[in-house]
This record gives sequence, C-alpha cells and structure tokens, in this order.
Amino acid sequence: MPNLLEVKNIETYYDLVYAIRGASFVVEDGSITTILGTNGSGKSTILKTIMGQIEGQPDKGTIEFDGMPIQHQDTDKIVRKGIAYVPEGREIFDELTVHEHLLMGAYLRKDTSEIKKDIIQVFKYFPILKERTNQWAGTLSGGEQQMLAIGRALMLRPKLLILDEPSLGLSPILVKEIFSIIKEINSQGTTILLVEQNANMALSISSTGLILENGRFVMKGKSKDLLEDKDVKEFYLGIKSETSAKGYQRWKRKKAWR
Amino acid sequence: MIDFIQMIVSGIAVGSSYALMGLAMVIIYKTSQVPNFAQGEMALISSFFAMMLLTTFNTPILLAFFLAFVFAILLGCFLEFAILRRAKDPNILGMIVITIGIEMVILGLVSWKFGADQKIMPFPIGPYDSFIIGNIFITKLEVLTLVTALLLMIILFLFFKYSKLGLAVKATQQNSVAAQIVGIRTNRILMMTWGISSLVGAVAGLLISPTIMHPYMMWDPMLKGFAAAVMGGMTSLPGAVIAAYMLGIIEHLFGGYISIEFKSVVAFVIIVLVLCIKPSGLFSRHYIKKV
Repeated sequence: MPNLLEVKNIETYYDLVYAIRGASFVVEDGSITTILGTNGSGKSTILKTIMGQIEGQPDKGTIEFDGMPIQHQDTDKIVRKGIAYVPEGREIFDELTVHEHLLMGAYLRKDTSEIKKDIIQVFKYFPILKERTNQWAGTLSGGEQQMLAIGRALMLRPKLLILDEPSLGLSPILVKEIFSIIKEINSQGTTILLVEQNANMALSISSTGLILENGRFVMKGKSKDLLEDKDVKEFYLGIKSETSAKGYQRWKRKKAWR
Repeated sequence: MIDFIQMIVSGIAVGSSYALMGLAMVIIYKTSQVPNFAQGEMALISSFFAMMLLTTFNTPILLAFFLAFVFAILLGCFLEFAILRRAKDPNILGMIVITIGIEMVILGLVSWKFGADQKIMPFPIGPYDSFIIGNIFITKLEVLTLVTALLLMIILFLFFKYSKLGLAVKATQQNSVAAQIVGIRTNRILMMTWGISSLVGAVAGLLISPTIMHPYMMWDPMLKGFAAAVMGGMTSLPGAVIAAYMLGIIEHLFGGYISIEFKSVVAFVIIVLVLCIKPSGLFSRHYIKKV
C-alpha cells in the first residue's frame, strides 16, 4: 500500500528541550497506525510537529503527506491538505453549540448538502450528540466532548485522521465504544494515526504499532506481534511476569530501550 | 415629569454613541484580549478623512462616508497586521501600551494635519435640527444615531449568529488552537475583527462629528464606551450595549437632579462600583471551564 504520511528523521525542540530525537515512520493508506509510549516520551509532540503547532519545528527532517512536504507550514494549510487532528484534551469551543461545532469542522468545505449528510453521519456514530444539538459544548460531559471533537474532525472528510489519546479521562466502557467507532471510521476509508497510552486497546484495533521512548522509536511492528511481544506485554500492557522457578516474583524488573 | 422623560430620551440618545464605541472595544477585546485604547483615535482619523474628502475634494456625501468606512476597515486591518502582529511574545500589558502608542501617534497626526481647533463637518443634518414631540425635545442627529446604532447592532448580531464567518470569529475567540485545527486562518480572523471594530468606531465618530469636531472629540465617547464595556463584562456584546444605554441614562439623570458639574465623572464612579461589587461585569455569562 502507498504511504499516506511519511515522517523522516524529524527532530523537535521545545526551546532548549530536545524532545523528538530523530523519529521516522510511515502511515500506510487505509491503515490504523498507533504510536504507544509512556508519559513524556514525545507522542503528542510528534503529532504537534506534524500539525505545525510548534513554531519553527521540526528542527530537522521532513514530513510528507501524499507525497508533498508539509513541514514548516501553518496549521490551517496542513489541515487544508486533508489532515484532521483531534488534540489531546479535546480543545472544543466552550460557547458554541454542538451543531455549530460540526459546521466549524466543515469550515473548509463549500458543499452544503454534503455537509448536512455528514452531520447526520456523525450523529449516527455518536447518537448522544444528536440529543445535545443545541447545547453549548462546554456543558457536555468529558466523554461527549471527546465524541464531539472526533465528530468535528470527521466533518472535514479527512484523508488522515490523527487522534491524540482519545481515551484520556474516559470510563472503560466509553473507551471501548470510542475505539469501536474509530475502527468503523477506518473501515469507511479514513486512514488513522492514533496515539495512545491504553496499549491493549490501541493495539487490538490497529494494524501497525510503534513504540516511542524518549523521543525515539524503539520498536515497530505488526500490532498482533507487538501484542505478543514479551517486553511490550511487560511495560505497556501491564501483564506481570510469572514467578520464577525459585519463587522470586520478578514483576518489578526495570528495563528501558536506550 | 417632562424633565425626567426628557433626560431619559437624551440619555438613550447619547448612550447610542457610547454603545457603538463599547461594541468596538468588546469586539477586539474578545479576540485579542487587549483593551484597544486607540479605538477612539481610529474613529477620529476616519471622521477627519471623511471631512477632508467632503471639504477639499467635494466628494458626494454618501461616497465620502462610504470611502471613510473603507478607510476605517483598512486602517484597523493595517494596525493589526503591521503593528500588533509584529509584537514579539506579547503580553497583555505590552499590547495595551502599543495601543496607547498608536493612539498618540494618530492623535498627533490628526492635530498636525488638521489643526487642533474646532472644525465644521458638512453633515446633511445640522446639530440643532430637532423634533419636538409633545414637550420632549430630541435632535434629528440623535434620532439618526439611535437608528444607526440599533441597525448596526442588529447586523452584528446576525453576522455573529448566523454567518459562517461570524461563527469562525466566535470560534477563534473561544479557542484559537482549536480554530486553527479546523482550518480557520486565525491571523486573518484577528485582522478582520480589527477591521470590523474600526468600522463600528468610525460610524460612531461620523455621528459625533457634526456636534464636535476636533482632535479630542473621541476622548469622551471612547472612555464612556470603555466604561460601558467594562460594566458589561468586556466580553459580552449585548452587555456592552445595555450598559452603554444605562450609562447614558444614569449620566443624564445625575446631571439633571444632582450635579451637572460632576456629570461626566459618574461613568467612572459606576465603573469603580461595578468592579467592586461584581468584577466580572454585570452581564458576562460566567462559564467555568471543565478540566
């Protein structure tokens, strides 16, 4: 499959902090690719770099979308190319209604009738939003806001949907629901780049997984394989290692890829 | 009783120009969190521009006003684009100082070009033409101001409520990061709000100019408009309008019944009171952000 997004050797600084230390990866057209990593490993920074949210970054390296370089461009230009982004912490407009959010999501589109269809489609994915149509987004619950943020991103009809920790702060049952919807969105033809802490969930729906640590990728592979991988199991899936033959419990073994 | 009604009517009339200035300030404040102290002078230079067209170039009056409005929009956009956007890592205090600087530059420019003495604006309605209804006395200019202000408010309301661009402005005001990621050019929106705000101010300026026309003519309306904006909570368009009318009426009642000398101080006493009692403003909708 052709690569929709191709990130080559990017390095990003936050002022003096060297956050991304040469990361490369590709997102294949039509796939769900997931980036896993612990807190502070640079997951969100990679996404922000792609979206042009950090001024003057990436310091080095290139980002290609659909064969065209997109680094060092303004966010709105990058969005125009067909990348929708659901940032961490949702970033909704507190005093716009749900309906207005969806209209804003379609800000770059002119086809009014298609927009109406897409609104109906979003309500199909997230029926709760339909009940809240004329309610200010700030008054929604966290889960509803997350759904709204995803719905708003979908209104762009993006080629690539980037999700930054959609499970953040949601109840387990809601996480399950959101992930199944993400999978459904993907099956409708949208490529998805997912950043997660919830490794089990993320790997179970994605086709390719990458593991980020301290600004570098330390592992790449098919999600199936990663789910089976011993180290991944231990560090990200929280599965304890078994008691050894001598009766020692070895679940606290410390290890990092460096 | 007649006095009382007369004062209310005059209060409403003068409140209209405060309302326009207040609106102009709120529009900018909402997008850039800067109280724009150059607002009055932006209106001032637009009014003088209209006067120059009318007197020196003998432009037809409607065309002159139209050109003045275009000038006002361009001026607002230019100031944002050329000066405020260039501020490096701006904090709010710095931005305020920049607007004060712009204010002084424009004031100096107008004084230098046109002189500091009272001018006469060749306006089709003179400042003393008036209607007398019963025993109530109201000048035509006041009626015109009131009608224009209301019309402009309705247009602004419709713009922000129903147009896609208006929605984009609101979105930018509420969360500029989120606005960027839906593809809104927030810089351009910011520039546009300066243009709109400058236009609203220029309307106020032109309506004031038949009565007073000198480089300090916008001081009073601007400060009163600012007072109204603060009273209304700085972020609420209807709040600023209601506060402006309240201010106009209270001012006139105070002038009529208590002391005419301290009439123009009342507005600021009210600001102090409002800030003491309800610092968020009388009409701001409190919204506490969820984490």
